[in-house]
Amino acid sequence: MKPLVITTVLAFCIGMGCIFGTSAVGAPRVPASSIPAADLLEPASFAETLQSNSAARPLILQVGFRKLFDEAHIVSAEYAGPGNESDGLAVLRERVAKLPKDSAIVIYCGCCPWGKCPNIGAAFAELRALGFGNVKALYIPHDLGTDWIEKGYPVTRGG
Amino acid sequence: MTLALTGSKKAIRSPEAVKLKPQLVRVLGVAALCAGLSMPVLAAGAVAGPAGKLNTIAPDFIRADLSGRPLRLDQFRGRVVLLNFWATWCGPCIEEIPLFSRWQRQFGDAGLQIIGVSMDDDEAAVKHFLAKHSVPYPILMGDAKLGESFGGVFGLPQSFLIDARGRIVFRSVGEPNIEALRSQIEDLIGIH
Repeated sequence: MKPLVITTVLAFCIGMGCIFGTSAVGAPRVPASSIPAADLLEPASFAETLQSNSAARPLILQVGFRKLFDEAHIVSAEYAGPGNESDGLAVLRERVAKLPKDSAIVIYCGCCPWGKCPNIGAAFAELRALGFGNVKALYIPHDLGTDWIEKGYPVTRGG
Repeated sequence: MTLALTGSKKAIRSPEAVKLKPQLVRVLGVAALCAGLSMPVLAAGAVAGPAGKLNTIAPDFIRADLSGRPLRLDQFRGRVVLLNFWATWCGPCIEEIPLFSRWQRQFGDAGLQIIGVSMDDDEAAVKHFLAKHSVPYPILMGDAKLGESFGGVFGLPQSFLIDARGRIVFRSVGEPNIEALRSQIEDLIGIH
């Protein structure tokens, strides 16, 4: 093998070791980054939609852990199971089973930092696979508390 | 509505680098690039401001830990408590546990007590995790009520540092600023 190839492979291994030795523990199976940017909603923009009397409200589904939903959730949101579990995706499938495929749906999680969220990517992929084309994912960079509740956006406390 | 989720990267060149052999420079360069790609995630740690119950007495609670022993928060008055809300499916949470385990072993005799509160919906998942990982501090199952009593645990990981008098003096939300957290702990237990 040529020296250039050897050094490139060695360098790649060192670099990837830096990554997977630290940040890949518990990495989501379907990363949030797999969701196209065009299908993301900003919290401020979505909060404005919810606060508007004239705007039609989409179906809002929380696809994270139940205890977070029970503590607080975006106003009018429904719990649809954690996207990282097959049982959770089954709850999601059942919830949307009778809906028209062009239904406006917004999903969110906010369990943990966006890049580490195990739920949102899987839930989005599931809905797309079911044929729902009007699905948006709420982009929550840090967590629901930081990016939604502490900003005073519409929320329901308690389950 | 679309979001622009792009960033910029700048290459840093030191005078010493140019003296290295080209082959070594290539190795280090590609390695640094690979490692650098992970930095936005690793450097995203943040410590929240005075939200929630900061600077108030931590609400007492009584729960059984996963080994069945009753645990009351107030029994640790006189010690510094790091109350860590976590879950098995939360990547950043899992990354913290080896560090917190080390701190418990290192600072336990000096007065640090770490308590893990799992926000998993499924207790079996937590027991399965603990069977595979040695965690030298008690773990108990949390719920919405316990989270609310601390002002709301609306994301993980989240930790509350409680001083020897039972006052919440520091709150870490999301991927932690480890140095800041460690510094706070060392201040409280008087180690430097």
